[in-house]
Amino acid sequence: MIVHRKKLNWIEKLYLPAILGGLAITWKHFKKSLLGKGVITMQYPEEKWDAHLPAWYRGAPTLVKDEHGRERCVSCQLCEFICPPRAITIEPMEIPEGDPWRKVEKAPQKFDIDMARCIYCGLCEEVCPEQAIYLRKDYSITGLNRTEMIHHKEKLYEMGGVMHGLVFKWNEKK
Amino acid sequence: MDASNFISQFFSPAAWTLLKSLGHLLMTPSGFFIWTTLLKSIILLAVILGLVSYTVYAERRVSALIQDRLGPNRVGWQGLLQPIADALKLLLKENFTPKSANYFYFRLASKLAMVPPVLVLGVLPFGSSLFGVPMTIASINVGALYVLAISSISVYGIVLAGWSSNSKYPFLGGIRSSSQMISYELSLALSLIPVFMIVGSLNLDEIVHYQVSHGWMIAPCWPQGMNFHTLLHPLVLWKSFSAGCSLSQFLLWIPLCISFLIFFISMFAETNRLPFDLPEAEQELIGGYHTEYSSMGFALFFLGEYTAMIAGASVITTLFLGGWSLPLIPDGSAGWWWGLINIAVFFTKIILLLFIFIWVRWTIPRFRFDQLMKLGWYFFFELAVANIFLAALLLAYVKK
Repeated sequence: MIVHRKKLNWIEKLYLPAILGGLAITWKHFKKSLLGKGVITMQYPEEKWDAHLPAWYRGAPTLVKDEHGRERCVSCQLCEFICPPRAITIEPMEIPEGDPWRKVEKAPQKFDIDMARCIYCGLCEEVCPEQAIYLRKDYSITGLNRTEMIHHKEKLYEMGGVMHGLVFKWNEKK
Repeated sequence: MDASNFISQFFSPAAWTLLKSLGHLLMTPSGFFIWTTLLKSIILLAVILGLVSYTVYAERRVSALIQDRLGPNRVGWQGLLQPIADALKLLLKENFTPKSANYFYFRLASKLAMVPPVLVLGVLPFGSSLFGVPMTIASINVGALYVLAISSISVYGIVLAGWSSNSKYPFLGGIRSSSQMISYELSLALSLIPVFMIVGSLNLDEIVHYQVSHGWMIAPCWPQGMNFHTLLHPLVLWKSFSAGCSLSQFLLWIPLCISFLIFFISMFAETNRLPFDLPEAEQELIGGYHTEYSSMGFALFFLGEYTAMIAGASVITTLFLGGWSLPLIPDGSAGWWWGLINIAVFFTKIILLLFIFIWVRWTIPRFRFDQLMKLGWYFFFELAVANIFLAALLLAYVKK
């Protein structure tokens, strides 16, 4: 496509009408914003996007329990291996005799996610065969030092809560 | 017991005589001149520096509003303490000098950028008079020439900064700036000549007084001898208008309008403001000549730039917009409150002009360098020269 350059007449060549037109446009915006209309800035700490976040939002990774209160994680360590920045550290343990979920065999003894390293990629959630790890909507993770930025198991379960359904293989009634 | 006796009892007799002779010395003509000038300088400098920091704040808020944003509104009510926070931040930062920079000139450049715009303020009449003291720090007969000469010195700061940083972006910024300022200085000075021809003086005080009696330079006609009393008498009012408006004055208005336009636009180039901010074009040159500066070195450039803006606005006000005068308002000889109002009028005019400076900056995109040079040399220079001849012809053949 050829866009032909318009031939300017002498008034247009002075550029003053165009400049005044531009000034009128910016003045309109200035006046509108001064009256508080049309300002699109969100005042962050007071106003947040939280209500508008989609269900698939990739926030902080968390661990979830199932509807029976069982830890879903079976310490297969797949997330630990796939994690690109190596933010996840898992120490597995055997589930002791007498535990109702003994047949699951393994559970995490220690499950740390270093949020100073996490890149919120969601690969851990994708790779998990037990659907035990989910990226939730928390995004403002802060701490005063590096150790505060490590989320331990308790914190991860507290953030994750309970997730119903989806994995039924450990439930004999289903 | 009167006041002097009351105060004297707190001093020993010897100290009291010393104080009294000091007081007499301060009230002799030369002594009075020295301390009033000092006081005026200090107060003006404080006011201007305050105005500078709030111009930076205004720039940020106005630009935000023009772009449908909010701008800084956290520090203090509506962000009004932001300039103080910024100044504190700049004071506490490390004043870094690059290893390859020439230390002496690198440090000198930032001071050279700040000092000339402040010096310009010394000759500007920012008010009529207060308690009989003229509100000009130095009313010199070459005032306008002094303004032009000093404001061209500020190019040295930028050129030295560009060269002594020993880095490519500041260097390019310095080169651009020197060629730009030298080109626009021509049209800046030439555009003022019609004003000097009409007033017949270079003294800025006299130029303002001329405008008080003959009308502002950019006004096509001016009522003569109008005051609060004549406002109530329609016939006298009509007479004052008809006496002030004539064809000759209207004809002289044409070259003055051209002068004003050239001077106003050249002022943007002279103060490195958009649309002529090529020396510091952020997108191409990072920060231009002040890329390598940090802390107070940078702050001085920043302050210098905004002080130059204020100095430019006050020159425009003084030469074209009637300085401290406003129709119906008498000068300081009518009472000290009128003197204060005159000062307020002057600063109001400056603030309005500064708003226009900011408004233009956030409206017009930057010129290309060849367009800038073409505009300066092919258009403004010729127009300014032709304008001088037009004004001269009108002055010679049209009766004032």
